[in-house]
Amino acid sequence: MDWLANWFEKIEPKGKLSWLGSTYEAFHTFAFTPKSVTRQGSHIRDAVDMKRSIIIVVIALIPALLFGMWNIGYQTSIATGADWNWLYMWWFGFLRMLPMIVVSYLVGLFIEFAFAQVRHHEVNEGFLATGLLIPMIVPVTTPLWQLALAVAFAVIIGKEVFGGSGMNFLNPALVARAFLFFSYPTHMSGDKVWIANDLWGTDAIAGATPLGELAAGMHPSASALDMLLGTIPGSTCETSVIAIALGALLLLFTGIASWRIMLSVFLGGGLMGLLFNAIGYNEYMQLPFYYHFLMGGFAFGAVFMATDPVTAAQTNTGKWIYGLLIGAFAVLLRVCNPAYPEGMMLSILFMNCMAPLIDHCVVAQNIKHRAKRAVAIGKEAHNG
Amino acid sequence: MKNTDLIKLPFSKNNPILVQVLGVCSCLAVTAQLKPAVVMAISVTVVVALSNLIISLLRNTIPPRIRIIVQLVVVSTLVVLVDQVLKAYMYDVSKQLSVFVGLIITNCIVMGRLEAFAMVQKPWPSLLDGIGNGLGYSVILITLGFVRELFGSGTLWGYPVVEKLGLYSIGYENNGLMIMPPMALILVGLIIWWHRSRNKDLVEQ
Repeated sequence: MDWLANWFEKIEPKGKLSWLGSTYEAFHTFAFTPKSVTRQGSHIRDAVDMKRSIIIVVIALIPALLFGMWNIGYQTSIATGADWNWLYMWWFGFLRMLPMIVVSYLVGLFIEFAFAQVRHHEVNEGFLATGLLIPMIVPVTTPLWQLALAVAFAVIIGKEVFGGSGMNFLNPALVARAFLFFSYPTHMSGDKVWIANDLWGTDAIAGATPLGELAAGMHPSASALDMLLGTIPGSTCETSVIAIALGALLLLFTGIASWRIMLSVFLGGGLMGLLFNAIGYNEYMQLPFYYHFLMGGFAFGAVFMATDPVTAAQTNTGKWIYGLLIGAFAVLLRVCNPAYPEGMMLSILFMNCMAPLIDHCVVAQNIKHRAKRAVAIGKEAHNG
Repeated sequence: MKNTDLIKLPFSKNNPILVQVLGVCSCLAVTAQLKPAVVMAISVTVVVALSNLIISLLRNTIPPRIRIIVQLVVVSTLVVLVDQVLKAYMYDVSKQLSVFVGLIITNCIVMGRLEAFAMVQKPWPSLLDGIGNGLGYSVILITLGFVRELFGSGTLWGYPVVEKLGLYSIGYENNGLMIMPPMALILVGLIIWWHRSRNKDLVEQ
């Protein structure tokens, strides 16, 4: 790798070009671990920095991404009656997804680099995951210019105005989806957005998702097994629970995502589902609770969105509360508000806003608790 | 303070919305289209200017303990006048603005200027201050109305600009979020961002 190191040394911007320092720094540290170490204070040395952990998130997304690509082709081939083999289905999906991913990364990274340069700070890696997440959670027929607009909105309003990665209180990928959802509702929900008609256009074939069917008062036509495998229409890469579970295993194994949040989201959703089963007022309420885990973006949101360490609650007790409420609100929204068939996005965004409050209460409670104990111990010592 | 400053300062350095952060509620509510925004801007300007003038004339006779009530009476009288004029001559806009004309009474800019300025200043500067603040409010309102109607509905003052430009045929679509009040808040935030970056002395530490 000497040639690369030498090349980096050669192109290091100096003098007139030194304003490009942040951009250079970003690419340099992407390729090499910095040699310089901090001299002051005590530090824990760890091979995992933010860049590495973001890369692990990206790797964890790959099973869902690959499956999602195949599913795009699979859905189109069913709907058009085309006789494709699995490889061609995947290739079709790949060609549909590629422009979306490229647009998302180009727009997002351009804005990130521009902000980093203007503010003279380092380019942050957070967008490597966000940029891949955004195309994975929108319908396949989303026009590219709308996607670009949503990415720009998410990066600027969702993140940079608060000071960049680590300072945002909303998950940027979900901000992008929420922007699309409210700005261009016809492209984001309904039954005419999930299945691509041909390779290039934004035309879609009618095909309802299980959530859409339920919101319309019907029973989902897909079986639970189909939903588990993910062979149903839906946002590009959110359908397969199994592919998502593979990513979840990697995130849990490496400790990047909090198992508390992941578990409690499912727990909250399940409890809410059981509660509705007990009420059993209409068909949606009678739906077996585990259906909620399999439909729509519940699993994807629980694994990749709710666990975003920046926007989630930080305290361990807080994580439980945060996760439980995300799951519960998601199911509540789905069942009680047919205008928002997918409750997961809104419930995660809502709890993102609440996370600092939860943390504050948990910390305050802990301080009170310990102060009480200290007083009790002090009294005992005094009396004894 | 010079009289010209009374008109000039509220445009930028002491803008009621951007700096004093008053009157934000109505500026989110009525700016989905340009026409109601303009009508609202004119109405508020008239009310602020005249109530400033009247209160300033009365300022030495108002007992301090009941001054808010007196101010409210003056402001409500003016607002009722404005409301009746709108109903008589611009009924459709009046219906669109609905409750927000009546709510000019509680518009913080009006009360704010009365309390902060008219109660202690002579009539002529008070009138100028009222006009200045009304215009400062108007600038923001009309900007928001322009942007939100253009991108949200694709029209300007009801004229289908986007359609005439032929943008729909190449795949352009109106942005639904623009019509919703949250986007107005975000736009105000963006304007404040731009404004503060140009006026560093306004940035709080």
